[in-house]
Formats: sequence, structure tokens, C-alpha cells
Amino acid sequence: MPVQVKRLLLVFAFFIAISVALIYFLTPKSFGEYGHYRGKALEEISSTEIKYVQMDDCAMCHDSIAELKNSGLHATLQCEVCHGPGFNHIEDYENNRMEIPNEGQFCMRCHIMNAASPKKVIKQIDAVEHAEGEDCITCHNPHQPWL
Amino acid sequence: MDKTQSLYEALSKVEGFIYPNEISLNWDMLIVMYPYITGLVAGAFILASLNRVFNIKALRPTYEISLLAALSFMLVATMPLIIHLGQPFRFYEMLVTPHFTSAMALFGFVYLWYLMVVLLLEIWFDYRYDMVIWSQQKKGLMKYVYKALTLWISDTSPESRKTDEKIGYFITVVGIPSAFLLHGYVGFIFGAIKANPWWSTVMMPVIFLFSAMVSGIALIMFIYMLVSYLRKQKIDMNALDTIGKYLFYILILDFTLESLDQIHRIYVADESFDILKILVHGKLFVTFFIIQIGIGTLIPLATLAYLQFKKPSDRVRKIIYATISIFVLVGIFYMRYNVVIGGQLFSKSFYGFTSYKANVLYDTDALLSLVLFIVPFFILAFLLWLLPPWKKIEH
Repeated sequence: MPVQVKRLLLVFAFFIAISVALIYFLTPKSFGEYGHYRGKALEEISSTEIKYVQMDDCAMCHDSIAELKNSGLHATLQCEVCHGPGFNHIEDYENNRMEIPNEGQFCMRCHIMNAASPKKVIKQIDAVEHAEGEDCITCHNPHQPWL
Repeated sequence: MDKTQSLYEALSKVEGFIYPNEISLNWDMLIVMYPYITGLVAGAFILASLNRVFNIKALRPTYEISLLAALSFMLVATMPLIIHLGQPFRFYEMLVTPHFTSAMALFGFVYLWYLMVVLLLEIWFDYRYDMVIWSQQKKGLMKYVYKALTLWISDTSPESRKTDEKIGYFITVVGIPSAFLLHGYVGFIFGAIKANPWWSTVMMPVIFLFSAMVSGIALIMFIYMLVSYLRKQKIDMNALDTIGKYLFYILILDFTLESLDQIHRIYVADESFDILKILVHGKLFVTFFIIQIGIGTLIPLATLAYLQFKKPSDRVRKIIYATISIFVLVGIFYMRYNVVIGGQLFSKSFYGFTSYKANVLYDTDALLSLVLFIVPFFILAFLLWLLPPWKKIEH
């Protein structure tokens, strides 16, 4: 074998050895435990702070309001869409009160006139013409908004 | 109120109906640079192999320049991708935990193969004999630099040179499919995104490949003229005419393939056709019709066709070649721009558009892209200083 080929093979062997060592040291320990990812990632994700709960958890105490809401047009909305994250409230409801947004601006986040959003699904109004400065909740109950 | 304000600001960039995650582009100017730079590498290498494998002797003066230019651009080819990553320091994870069924995750290996096994080896075998001679001639630090580069082999026997020649030839033969793989692969990634009608076509790898060859050849044409000018050496007009001839042939093929793709799209006219039509006539009008097709393709094609029949004086031809190479380089850059940015400007609902504005002064992606295009020229200057092709000992 020519001398330059031999020397090159040596260099390549050196690079391959380094690569193998790097793969050995850099591959995370729990990699491949369950699939093509770090097994530890599951543990890390599940240990993050919980912020949100589900509608059913709210309904355990606020059953009448939940029933009212679920019988109408806002049935598919989670309570936390308007009231904010509820996990802390469930843990300690006296010290962690939920948000109760009263101002009309809040409703406008979804209901303002917008050519790009589907009118059949979300009712849209011209805020100035329709309410004339009044807050939405003066006439509408957010849990039963069609009234 | 901040949220509302930022929403209204975002909506001012939008026309018609668009899904929320489509407002800002995920792949910006850096991802335009990535296929552009890899294309230049593949094209420059293929021009070098025309001389070596297909034995086109007129291209001999550009052989080493092509290889070194390919290497200079290859060294920065991964940079746009790494900079664009949200977590750039995790890029090595792609290599230590390889995912063999993901085309995108395989880029590291395609790149390593091409850099280590093709480019570096070919340059090494081509320069080995000369580096041994230089290591004997030079003094001081440079002596040891060349010695290290030869891997401390000082064999200059005719047999060893024959071996260099043979292996170098073999590597170039392997290198041609590898260059096709490198750039065909980049096109494959875009072609494989089936949700995007502007990208999803099996023609994509082939189109990318031929446009890569066009841009690489134009680049070498430009660099060869620039290097000769800076060294105050006479340009080999025969070499330049031959490069021009191949640029002409491959430009015809490239234009034919791209036209075929567009004609097929127009004739089939599937549900995405209306939005694409508005796209190319609106937001992409200047970059697509005027720059890519007009300046980047039709003007060079017409001029090169003229040069195949009439030979103006050397001076005029030089000016024409310099202008055309820049036109082609700009045209291919905008071809990549039209693919990468164009494909993200329309909504998957086919009912609306977002917008993209690159500004070199204010946007980091555009500025970095410019830097990434300039850096290889400095690397090339260094490589030409370290391994000057004009000081090689002819066989």
C-alpha cells in the first residue's frame, strides 16, 4: 500500500476514534430509553409547574355556572380562556382569586369586526356603533351571551 | 394593551385570510443563503471535474481555483443553518444521535462526506507533491506548516505521483455523484414538503442541481477573472470561452427544466394555482420575472448564444463575461429567494398573504447573510496564498 494512503487511513482512523469517543460522551444518558429522544425529558416536562386545569375541575364547585355556560354558545370555551389559569385557585381559593374581566375591550378580543375571521362562527359587532360606550356586561351575561 | 398592539402590528403585514402561525416567516434570509452557498460549492466542484474526469483541457487553468473556491464556500455552508437554529450550541446532537429516517437530520452526514472524503482528499492528493517541494524550499514556520499538511510524508518518487494522480481521479469520479447528492439533497428537502404547493414537486432536486451548476460555473468565471486581474496576469481567453460555453449549455438545461416545471404547474392548475398566480404577479413580480428570469437567465442566455457565433475582441468579451457572471449569480440568488421566501408568503388556506422585507441595515438575518457571502472570499484568498495554483510544479 502506498505510504500516503497508509498515512491518510491513520488520520481517518484517528478522526473516527474521536467521533466514537464524542458519541460515547455526548449522547445523553437516558437517550433511547423509550424512543428517539431523551427518556429524562418526560420527567422534566412532567415536573414543570402546573398552571391550568380543565372545565370539569371548575364545575366541581361552580356547577350552576358551568351548566349555564355549557347550555349555550360559549359551551366549547374553557373557563380559563376568560378567567385565567386556575390551578392555584383550586389549591387555595381564598388567596388566589380568579380574574373577572368586566371591560368591553376584553370581549372585543374575539368579537370585534374583522374581515378575516369567520362571521358564522364568531358573532362580530362594531364596538362604537353597537355599545355606545357601555360595557358589554351591562346587557349581556358572558355565561349566556345571547341574551 | 401591549398584546392588542402587537396583534394590530402583525395584522398590518397581512393581506386576506391567513392562519396565525403564518404571519411571520420561519425560514428567513439565512435559509436562502444555505441552498445558495451549497449550490456554489456543488457547481464549482462539477466544473473542476469537467477538467479532470471529462478531460476538457481548456479548463486546466481554473481547476485548482474551482476546488479551492468550492472548499472556501463549503467551510461556511453550515453557518447559515447553525446561526438560524434557536439553540446553535446543540447542533452536535444531530451528529451524536443520528436520525436516519429524517432527511433534514442527515445533512451533517452528507456535509461531512462531501467535505472530508471528497473535497479535502482531492485537494490533498492534487497538492501533495507540491507541498512536499514547498516544505523543502520554505524556511521557518511555513516549512513546518507544509510538512504538517503533507502529514510528514516526503515521498516525491514518480510512483508516488502516479498514485496521487490515480487516487485523485478516483475521488473526482466519486465526487460527481457526491456533488449531485449534496445539492440534490437540498432540493429534495424542499420538494418533500408536500403541504406547500410552491415547493412540492419531484423536479425540485433536479432544478436545484442544475441551477447549482449554473451558479458555480458563473462564480468560477468571476473568481478566475478577479484573481487574474489582481495578480496582473493575462487571462486565458480559451479557458474563459470554454467556461462560457458550458455555462451556456447548462443554462439552457436549467431554463428548460424550470420552464417545464412552471408549464406543468400552469397546465395542471390545481387548487393552489390561483394563489400562486397572484403571488408571482404580485409580491414576487420583481424578483421572479425581472431578476430571476430576465436578468439572471434570458440576458445571459442571449448574450452567451451570441458569443457562440460571433467573437468580439478579447476586451469586450472579458467585460461581457464579467457582467454575465454577476447577472447569473444575482439571478440564482433570487431563484433561491423566490423558492424559500416565496413559498412562505402565501397562506395554506390559499386565501391570503403575509409579507417579508429584508433590510441589511436593520435585520440581523439579511446582514449575516451578506457577511456569510463575503467571508468565503477571504477564506479563498487565504487558501490561494497557502496553496498557490500558479506555483505548482507542472507534471
